[in-house]
Amino acid sequence: MGMGCLDRQQRISIEKVTVCSIPKPLPTVPSKPNSAMMDITLKVNGKAYPLTTEPRVTLLDALREYIGLTGTKKGCNQGACGACTVLVDGRRINSCLTLALMNVGKEITTIEGLATGDELHPMQTAFIKHDAFQCGYCTPGQICSAVALVAEGHTKSDAEIREWMSGNLCRCGAYPNIVSAIKEVAQGGSNASI
Amino acid sequence: MRPFNFAAATEPTEAIATVNDTPEAKFIAGGTTILDLMKQYVETPTQLIDINGLPFSQIEATPSGVRIGALARMSDVAEAAIIRENFPVISEALLLSASAQLRNMASIGGNLMQRTRCGYFRDPAFPCNKRVHGSGCPAINGEHQRHAILGTSDKCLATHPSDLAVALVALDAIVQVRGPQGERRIPITEFHLLPGNTPHIETALQPGELIVAVDVPKALFSKSSHYLKVRDRASYEFALVSAAVAMEVQNGTITSARVGLGGVGTKPWRSGEAEAALQGQPPTLESFREAAEAALTPAKPMQQNAFKVELAKRTLVRALETVGEML
Repeated sequence: MGMGCLDRQQRISIEKVTVCSIPKPLPTVPSKPNSAMMDITLKVNGKAYPLTTEPRVTLLDALREYIGLTGTKKGCNQGACGACTVLVDGRRINSCLTLALMNVGKEITTIEGLATGDELHPMQTAFIKHDAFQCGYCTPGQICSAVALVAEGHTKSDAEIREWMSGNLCRCGAYPNIVSAIKEVAQGGSNASI
Repeated sequence: MRPFNFAAATEPTEAIATVNDTPEAKFIAGGTTILDLMKQYVETPTQLIDINGLPFSQIEATPSGVRIGALARMSDVAEAAIIRENFPVISEALLLSASAQLRNMASIGGNLMQRTRCGYFRDPAFPCNKRVHGSGCPAINGEHQRHAILGTSDKCLATHPSDLAVALVALDAIVQVRGPQGERRIPITEFHLLPGNTPHIETALQPGELIVAVDVPKALFSKSSHYLKVRDRASYEFALVSAAVAMEVQNGTITSARVGLGGVGTKPWRSGEAEAALQGQPPTLESFREAAEAALTPAKPMQQNAFKVELAKRTLVRALETVGEML
């Protein structure tokens, strides 16, 4: 995220404060201590991660930039694409639209937490089997969303799967194969229980 | 996002007092609207009070209907048996909103407080009377294809984006709020304000007031209700137009009808004109068409959104037909 995304009026007001006319990246990780820094612990994939963050750090940025779990992807960063989908207490959410410190005490599951050792989660196996991705950028979000979808039971038809997966966009257009993969897992396929 | 202070509330009085006493303080529940707007510097609170720990997430039967806690999530309300069985229009409106992920996050109170999706409002590079009072409205001479045709003023054409609120105006819901002076009840039709000359004032909430619940009375027409949403793509999109309708028919005559319209109003739109046109008529296509004409008579379309007039009429007729077939 650079200052190029700010409008002119904001840039001018920032320039007045910082006496800086050259746009430079806004750091995600604060470069200097902030009075509002808070010590929190996030529980991700069964493991506790203590962090010191500003309140404005989203769960997505905490996972990627503070904890180093980069499997969760930053797409639109505004809740429109679903690439950042993770499970919080078993429910799928967009991690870009919640603050890290609003998720203290909750069980957070990311794409890194689905496999058991070297054994992939059945949804991961099904995505590979059905070639349910091309570039792969949306895939961690698709898979987390799909795991929740099967648990929710909204898989009675292709149309229902499509409707309930509409929060996960795929610009490569792998949708037909994504539906096939989910359908197989919902019907007990890809050789494992969820 | 600008830096801000954060505190999690453990009881309502303290949370309300903090927001009332702190300039630029805001409540945060699901966060799906406010964090999005904070990233775009449209919202710049200095203090956020997290209200998720407050006891306002129950969905419970009351003697007169149902009370939906302000912190209940859209997904939980949509799936609740008491809502599905007694108020299908609410469940349908919720399930046609946003995505599964967002519905798991977004609260009912936050849904009513969500801001318009007008592109000029969401981009601080442009003037906007809603964002900066008196700065101007670029939509009037610019992009207004998705803007309102009902309740507009020469200061603002922005559409209210909520589907849920359209269902609630059709069902005479009451918003229960708590503030520094205690609790009060605001009819949902009076909760959102017309833009007039003050589009920056969007709701009847006073400083520090917090939505704690939405009460929906049960009526004979509640069960025979329906939400129809028309949009540019099949899912995960805001309404071009939508209709929330509820109807009661006795001996071949409409004895009571409720009509809400979405995607066309600067606030969730209740059409008294359509309801009056339906009252006492037989539930026929002809009656429905007359009601649709009446509903859109006050419309003031602009060049790019004129299509919404006919689309809204057809959407309302279709929704009424669907309810007519239930009876």
